Amino acid sequence: MSIDKIEIYDIRVLCIERSMDKGMRSTVRGRTVAGDNDTVILMEHVSKAYTVGVPALNDVTLHINKGEFVFIVGDSGSGKSTLIKLLLRELLPTSGKVIVNGTDVVRLKRRSIPKFRRSLGVVFQDFRLLKDRNVYENVAFAQRIIQMPNREIRKNVPSILSTVGLAGKYKARPKQLSGGEQQRVALARALVNKPKILLADEPTGNLDPKNSWEIMNLLEKINNNGTTVLVVTHNREIVNAMQKRVITMKKGIIVSDEEKGGYIDED
Amino acid sequence: MRINTLFYCIKQGIRNIFKNKWFTLASIATISACLFMFGLFFSILSNFQHIVKNAEERFPVSALLEGGLSDERVQEISNMISRRSEVKESIFIDADETWEKFAEEMNFGDVSIFTENPLEECAHFDIYLTDVSQQPALVAYLESIEGIRKVNQSALTAQALTGVNAIVSYVSVGIIVILFLVSIFLISNTVTIGISVRKEEIQIMKYIGATDFFTRAPFVIEGIIIGFIGSLIPLVAVYFIYNEAMMYVAGRFPFLSQIFEFLPVTTVFSTLVPVCIAIGVGIGFLGSFTTVRKHLSV
Repeated sequence: MSIDKIEIYDIRVLCIERSMDKGMRSTVRGRTVAGDNDTVILMEHVSKAYTVGVPALNDVTLHINKGEFVFIVGDSGSGKSTLIKLLLRELLPTSGKVIVNGTDVVRLKRRSIPKFRRSLGVVFQDFRLLKDRNVYENVAFAQRIIQMPNREIRKNVPSILSTVGLAGKYKARPKQLSGGEQQRVALARALVNKPKILLADEPTGNLDPKNSWEIMNLLEKINNNGTTVLVVTHNREIVNAMQKRVITMKKGIIVSDEEKGGYIDED
Repeated sequence: MRINTLFYCIKQGIRNIFKNKWFTLASIATISACLFMFGLFFSILSNFQHIVKNAEERFPVSALLEGGLSDERVQEISNMISRRSEVKESIFIDADETWEKFAEEMNFGDVSIFTENPLEECAHFDIYLTDVSQQPALVAYLESIEGIRKVNQSALTAQALTGVNAIVSYVSVGIIVILFLVSIFLISNTVTIGISVRKEEIQIMKYIGATDFFTRAPFVIEGIIIGFIGSLIPLVAVYFIYNEAMMYVAGRFPFLSQIFEFLPVTTVFSTLVPVCIAIGVGIGFLGSFTTVRKHLSV
């Protein structure tokens, strides 16, 4: 990083610290929560080290309230994916507290992980659809694992497919769909069990701008219905345009947390 | 667990079999090939043991009686012998019968020229044993019975047969254990490879909150069905080969059929069928169960 860039970066951090001094909600290292009942994601002093050396996450403290739409941005290796993995209980932190939907993820027993994950909706960059099953079965699968009766599945799946605009393609296999359509199926699967939180890891990473916007508009619509949405992304244009809360990460720490933020360009 | 969840898991397991045709075929072929070898060796070795066992029973111990014993005493001795656990069969042959048999064996022709029975003192019991290795104990017992003057035994034959039987048993167990281990190794590897290529599918299931049971059940059902089919094919093949081989030997080498008595196919299969199915189904179950477990920690 050049000296000029460091200065710009420091100025931004300074602005955020000032806003914290004025009693606004955002802080760099911590976040004041209006009320604990509203907090759906809480990370306190969380660190995660894979091997000896630079930790993937270093003393991260983060509060996300019910109904928020939050972008997490940062370069590769900044710790975004590790953060998502911690929230999904795919990884355990080296130290610190992670509470999601009121569940202490660190203390969660292995046998309770499936039930915990059902309270979250997850969307991945590579869609992760079951390739051998059609659209209907991919979405219905999320309902089958919570042992939803068949008659409910037959009611819920068409309804959610219609919400994501795929009502007419329920028989199609994933490979017969465009990237945007596959991501909609993944969204439908994530939402069919009505999760309180939706985690989206680079949901537009494999999509063209038009499909990216369609997916983001869907996510916004879902958020407007009360679901907390957490999106990890590199898509500068979308982040800047949507004017949502933006958390910027760098080398495992949160360097910026802005209420209606933009993409901090370090280069 | 809801009944429709159970049916769903079974349906998925059956569906997977058709969906992953190549994996299914490779697994069934491996299981079949291993169990075919196993079945073939089992049949051969069972028959070999049976032949040795039969040979053992062809060499009786002869207990020669003292002359002038009353019929009651002979009956008493017969009862004492029959009560022994190692005795399979005891046949009393009186002096006249012994002489006739001897003359016939020696080809004397007309024996009416003999006015007296030269083997007057040779009334005896021919005693067949269930296990030839018990012969010394029986001989000692017979020698202690009052009224028995001499016991004829073929100690060398008994020892040789006992030795052969022991070797055959050890070799049988050795070969079967080796085949069993090779089968487990090959089958587990095939199942492991087949499931490993679908680890992404397992991970997706886990990410969206499927329990270990729900994720694993279709794979385990698939493994059991593959194991079952894989064990039936070699059983059918061995059944036909066994029958054909018996018919061939009987037709081509009739003298062998007179010397050796082959085990009926039903006798061999009464052990082979449950063992093969248990191995096939067991390995299918364990292979899929343990392989899926490796991918469940997501």
